[in-house]
Amino acid sequence: MRTEDFIAALAADHRRPRLGPAVTPGLALGLAVASGGLAALLLLALVAGFRPGLGAALGTLRVGFKVALMLSLLAPALGLLRRLAEPGAPLGPWPRWLLLPSLLALAALALEAGAIPAATWRDRMIGQSAAFCLVMIPLLAAAPMAALMLALRQGAPTQPGLAGLVAGLASGCLAGGIYALRCGDDSPFFVILWFGLAIGIVASAGWLIGRRWLRW
Amino acid sequence: MRAARAGDAAAYRRFLLGVAPYLRALARRSCQRAGLPREEAEDVVQDVLLAIHLKRHSWDAARPIGPWLAAITRNRLIDGFRRRGARPPEVSLALVAETLAAGEGEAADARHDVGRLLAQLAPRQRQVVEAVSIEGRSAGEAAARLRMSEGAVRVTLHRALKLLAALHRKETA
Repeated sequence: MRTEDFIAALAADHRRPRLGPAVTPGLALGLAVASGGLAALLLLALVAGFRPGLGAALGTLRVGFKVALMLSLLAPALGLLRRLAEPGAPLGPWPRWLLLPSLLALAALALEAGAIPAATWRDRMIGQSAAFCLVMIPLLAAAPMAALMLALRQGAPTQPGLAGLVAGLASGCLAGGIYALRCGDDSPFFVILWFGLAIGIVASAGWLIGRRWLRW
Repeated sequence: MRAARAGDAAAYRRFLLGVAPYLRALARRSCQRAGLPREEAEDVVQDVLLAIHLKRHSWDAARPIGPWLAAITRNRLIDGFRRRGARPPEVSLALVAETLAAGEGEAADARHDVGRLLAQLAPRQRQVVEAVSIEGRSAGEAAARLRMSEGAVRVTLHRALKLLAALHRKETA
């Protein structure tokens, strides 16, 4: 087929979408986070329930840190994802914002090291529920990850592996923030080791999925 | 492209027709460097156009279109060469952008025929694509000739184009 004819076919396929404006990558990602987060929240409520005295716990410094760390990773990951979904878009300040959570983590580690005796560090780090944490966070991350991958397919990531990795990071952090409503191990030692490991697993899975499924 | 975004098919067509000669120049230059026959270039051009079409919603109208176009072109160019077993051309975004912006456009060879992928479509899909392309009918006219509803023509056309892109991808994998 001649290219001019082919272009005519493409133009014939083009028309204004009936239902308002086209779904932009940003909107698709926002919807994915909202729906995926809601699904994960419901799953947690069904499977494990919330921790007793949740309201009071959220006011403590340690639990507050747990949630804040997750959100401070989630936000720049989503910002970066928005740029990765659009070919040729500059990445902007987002990669640098990803460094902020590591400062937060270092500060929390230093405070915790000063607050509890060295003899208890090991026990605090191993905690009571490490295995459960490693199962629950990837489980809760599944729905947000699927939704984010679908949203990314609406866009056009030119680096599918990286986009998948960041989608995994974002869904892992979202799942971590939600799991924090249940988790009873509050030491930053525990959070950084086990939440970090669980999110790393989810991010690696995202990379593998992205490389295969986000290509176009 | 901004006019096209509002649903203006004629403007969209002009946009694609305007981009094609530059894509062609770039594709021919890359084919030459990779030692591929010149005819392959037109296939590459159509693949890039198809990607631009199917991914057109990923362009944010608040940003300039150049980098977007360059990134899509580079992505498809590299994939296309890999598929042909040739070493992917070393196309930097800057080179693509430069060619698209200022390079010499090249016209297609007379009656150059690239129907390889089209032959893999279902008969009805191929009829619809040919009616709106080679015969240059509107969706409504094609519908009347093929005794289909206009909606069915549009859906068939859209599916056919997505399938073409999937066929391209499958050959790459």
